[in-house]
Amino acid sequence: MSVIQVQRKPLTFAERTYLPQVFGGLMITLRHFFGRRVTLEYPEQRPEIAPGYRGVPTLVKDPNGREKCVSCQLCEFVCPPKAIRITPGEISGDGPSAHVEKAPREFEINMLRCIYCGLCQEVCPEEAIFLQNVYSVSGYSRDELVNDKEKLYQLGGTLPDRHFKWDKKQAAASASPIAHP
Amino acid sequence: MIDFLTNLPPVVLGLLKGLAVICVIFPIAGACSMAERKVSAWLQGRYGPNRVIVPWFAWMPFVGRGLQRLGVFNLLADGGKLLFKQDPLPGHVNKFYFMIAPAVAIIPAFTTVVVVPFGAYFDQAGQVVPLMLANVDVGLLAVFAIASLGIYSMILAGWASNSKYSFLGSVRASAQLVSYELSLTLSVLPVFLWVNAPGTVGSLSLARVVEFQSQPGFWGGTWFIFLMPVSAFVFLVALFAETNRLPFDMIESEADLVGGFHTEYGSFKWSLFFVAEYAHMTVGSGVFVLLFFGGWNPLPWLPIGTLFGWLGLVQSAGHVSYAIAIAQGVLSIAIFLAKVLFMIFFFMWVRWTVPRFRYDQVMRIGWRRLLPLALVNVVVYALLIAVIQK
Amino acid sequence: MSSALKPADLITVTIDGREIAVPKGTNMIEAAQVLGIEIPHFCYHSKLSVVGNCRMCLVEMGLPALDPATKQPVMDPATGKPKINWVAKPTIACFTNASPGLHIRTGTPLVRECREGVMEFLLVNHPLDCPICDQAGECKLQEQATGYGRGYSRYIEQKNVKPKRTLLGPRVMLDDERCILCSRCIRFSKEIARDDVLGFIDRGSHSTLACYPGRKLENNYSVNTVDICPVGALTSTDFRFKMRVWFLKTTPSICPESSVGVNTEVWSREGVVYRITPRRNDEVNDTWMADSGRLLYKQVTADHRLREPSVDGTTVAGAEALAQAGALLKAGGVAIVGSGRSSVEEQFLTRKLADAIAAPAWLVSRVGQGDGLLISADRNPNVRGALVTGLIKTVPEAELTELAAQIAAGKIKTVVSIGEDLTAAGLGEAQLNRIAIVYLGTHANATSAGAKVVLPTLTVFEKAGTFINQQFRLQRFAPAVPGPQGAADDLVILAGLVEAAGGGALASDIDGLWTTLASEIKPLATVTYQNLPATGLLLDASDFSDLPFPEDETLHFNPKQ
Repeated sequence: MSVIQVQRKPLTFAERTYLPQVFGGLMITLRHFFGRRVTLEYPEQRPEIAPGYRGVPTLVKDPNGREKCVSCQLCEFVCPPKAIRITPGEISGDGPSAHVEKAPREFEINMLRCIYCGLCQEVCPEEAIFLQNVYSVSGYSRDELVNDKEKLYQLGGTLPDRHFKWDKKQAAASASPIAHP
Repeated sequence: MIDFLTNLPPVVLGLLKGLAVICVIFPIAGACSMAERKVSAWLQGRYGPNRVIVPWFAWMPFVGRGLQRLGVFNLLADGGKLLFKQDPLPGHVNKFYFMIAPAVAIIPAFTTVVVVPFGAYFDQAGQVVPLMLANVDVGLLAVFAIASLGIYSMILAGWASNSKYSFLGSVRASAQLVSYELSLTLSVLPVFLWVNAPGTVGSLSLARVVEFQSQPGFWGGTWFIFLMPVSAFVFLVALFAETNRLPFDMIESEADLVGGFHTEYGSFKWSLFFVAEYAHMTVGSGVFVLLFFGGWNPLPWLPIGTLFGWLGLVQSAGHVSYAIAIAQGVLSIAIFLAKVLFMIFFFMWVRWTVPRFRYDQVMRIGWRRLLPLALVNVVVYALLIAVIQK
Repeated sequence: MSSALKPADLITVTIDGREIAVPKGTNMIEAAQVLGIEIPHFCYHSKLSVVGNCRMCLVEMGLPALDPATKQPVMDPATGKPKINWVAKPTIACFTNASPGLHIRTGTPLVRECREGVMEFLLVNHPLDCPICDQAGECKLQEQATGYGRGYSRYIEQKNVKPKRTLLGPRVMLDDERCILCSRCIRFSKEIARDDVLGFIDRGSHSTLACYPGRKLENNYSVNTVDICPVGALTSTDFRFKMRVWFLKTTPSICPESSVGVNTEVWSREGVVYRITPRRNDEVNDTWMADSGRLLYKQVTADHRLREPSVDGTTVAGAEALAQAGALLKAGGVAIVGSGRSSVEEQFLTRKLADAIAAPAWLVSRVGQGDGLLISADRNPNVRGALVTGLIKTVPEAELTELAAQIAAGKIKTVVSIGEDLTAAGLGEAQLNRIAIVYLGTHANATSAGAKVVLPTLTVFEKAGTFINQQFRLQRFAPAVPGPQGAADDLVILAGLVEAAGGGALASDIDGLWTTLASEIKPLATVTYQNLPATGLLLDASDFSDLPFPEDETLHFNPKQ
């Protein structure tokens, strides 16, 4: 890599006295003194959260109230600070989601570890985990800052679904002659 | 009432006056710390402290809310915090000197006020009587002498803290104060050369300087800032350095010395240093106003006597009206205080505008720029005054 | 393919232009593997018969052109090599065996197109439920769709929907949708397990795997079908939905179920074992293991696991318990009941302990029914280790009659039991009341309950060591997970006991101990724990050839030989 020596412009006498610069600076700060305040008064005023903001990771349900996560553990795998901990479980019985077979028994995200990178959202094949607009996380103990499954669904709520993949699958199963031996 | 006061023994009267001054200066210094937070916020486009409110004020419809937004009550909260928080005494310090250093800081800061006039009234003879605790002839010299004692507190604090950051801070402070004291003193020499014309009775009293700026006529009513801008400039710069305000706060320089000389201090001891700094600033501003801004004269070429005349606040001959005297005193104090407060604002304004100099830059400016400038200034004005006052 | 073959038995074949000498009849998938060339396949399995029904291993094949007149190869004048007649259509590599002059090409556009076509057909009805599929991460279909598929789907119709949860047997669950009909499980059941219960029913895309009516896949080798299933169609009910495989760490281990010494892999994550699978060793277990051995990991977290050292039933510190045991040993009148479940190193230290206090030592035999495959009659994994290290001189008995007699005679006051239940080994109330017991073991039993000193030790999953199997093959296992807080490595405890008994200081780490072992035990003279081959080391067994071992024939062991 070639180096270009840049000659610094010699300072004029006025510049060497600092005074014009100091005076200019004083004028700038004076403008701010009378200018508009830019502070957001936080608890009362809240910042507008832009779409695509990466807030606290949350779990979402589809519009039919089905929990979308199937505990594939890809988010746990991809999570750089290892903040996610999933205990997989099986959906047993004959409930409406029994054909999905798998769901998390426990799902914990340690917000003390989370770095809000959004890789979990990116990797999720079921579109079940989203970094939404919750940005304020606080608690009195470390345990409080580990979001469990219940808290995650409470934070996440319901998001629209474009695919209804499992519903389609169920419809196909009920139409199929060989699905139920 | 007034008779009772004037007839008190001088010692008691002096004590009362002193208490009155402390009761004014201390809150001003405290309020300055609040003002500093607020001014810095405004200069940076922020709101600054605006949360604290005392319940009784919360019930007042507009005033309470306004005072809250101004952050007035934050002063109480800050003071309360500093008073009641744990007062740490590190194990590695020299306890005795560590404890007395803050007291040593606060004493000279308040003592200098003694010789600073802050207002004036006219007696029945039409003579100006300056309002001050002691109208001594050494005047300004006393201010310089006592104010520079403040450095001992910093040296004591830095040395007793037994910490390298504190020590470096205090070493820098002493070097800086010595360097700028010369320029400070030299810069005011032309003022007193001008005031004390050859043949008259010489005085270094600050009241005399103000009196000089209150004379009628173009030259008589001219403030010294217009007559001697270079002196004013050197004095101002040196004043910044002497009060350890940015851009000359080598003594703290949080960036490299943690907190400078008061690194090991906390809670109320620390706040005493804080108050002392603001007291220095207040007194320094007062001296600057007296020397160069015409003291309690409202405007250049408008002596306060003329203002009193317009307002009808004139003592009739042979009859002393205390009401008029008090009104004159209050008005002059108000004018003087307004100027001082503007100077304090200026101090803050500069602080939140100009970044800190490097230590070598401070030394270079002090010795190689400011001192020669002050010397040339003295010589030039001495020659000029000799020619004019011949 | 053993090295005993003479070069004359080898023939040269050419794969992608590279020549390799292989024995006649070698499968071309194996031959290519030797060269590092991967021929993708689903149905082919090296230990099963070849059926060639997945068509994934299609390659181009050619043979040298022969002059019809002279029967001599026609030489290509341009290259000076024999001219090759390439077969116009691709052939499957798994059914192609090495023959003289055989040429195959695995990377031509034709082959690539074939693979893409096969992959596309396989994926037509394969569900895209990798997120919930347990095979994800070790799925051949995933890997080969990535490596050889076209990368996108042209299929927009509805995929077949088939039953998702069919229990083929107590341990195997079938997901019909995922099945690619490779028939590996059918062949395994028929050829290896000899329990021919599986088969395909129906036709075309409705084909499904099913059990013979009225029967179930419940033989003791059923979970091997899960291992060999290239997709997630067969899953183990034990491991199903427990953990994704990419989180699991594998540790080479040895199954302690019987003296076969099945090579295994222990899959664990963060100190928890999730499953055990066989590790290929063509001399011992090929690629199989018994279902019963797969469940042994549960003993690690069993409720009756001993977790704290105790003296007279009171929990004490490990050093305190060791000191108490040492005092009992010094008092004299000690007998030692070693264990055929201990590792070679532990048995060596047990012998040192016996020598130090001149105590007699026995082992307890554990004989069951061998299944002729991978479970032998001797259910102690390491009786031969005790013989090699000199702890015992002869094959152990199931009952400790000699010990019982000595106790009755009042000669024995203390018995050191290494994981053996003395009650089960024939000692009655009368004998047990007369002795103090020092119990070293992993799990509580009647003996540990009545023991004076209990020293908890580690299971085979938590420690390093070696077993000597029925073939006198020395095989090592490594620790997969840490042991409980209060338990100590058997070697540490035994070395401590030897020192307390006045037998001098011995190394208690595996490498340090092996230097002693190598110098004192003749058959192990050249061995160290680290240089032991992954497939084990066959020891000279001539000294013990006339002992009456209980084992019958198993997969790779014949006692008559």
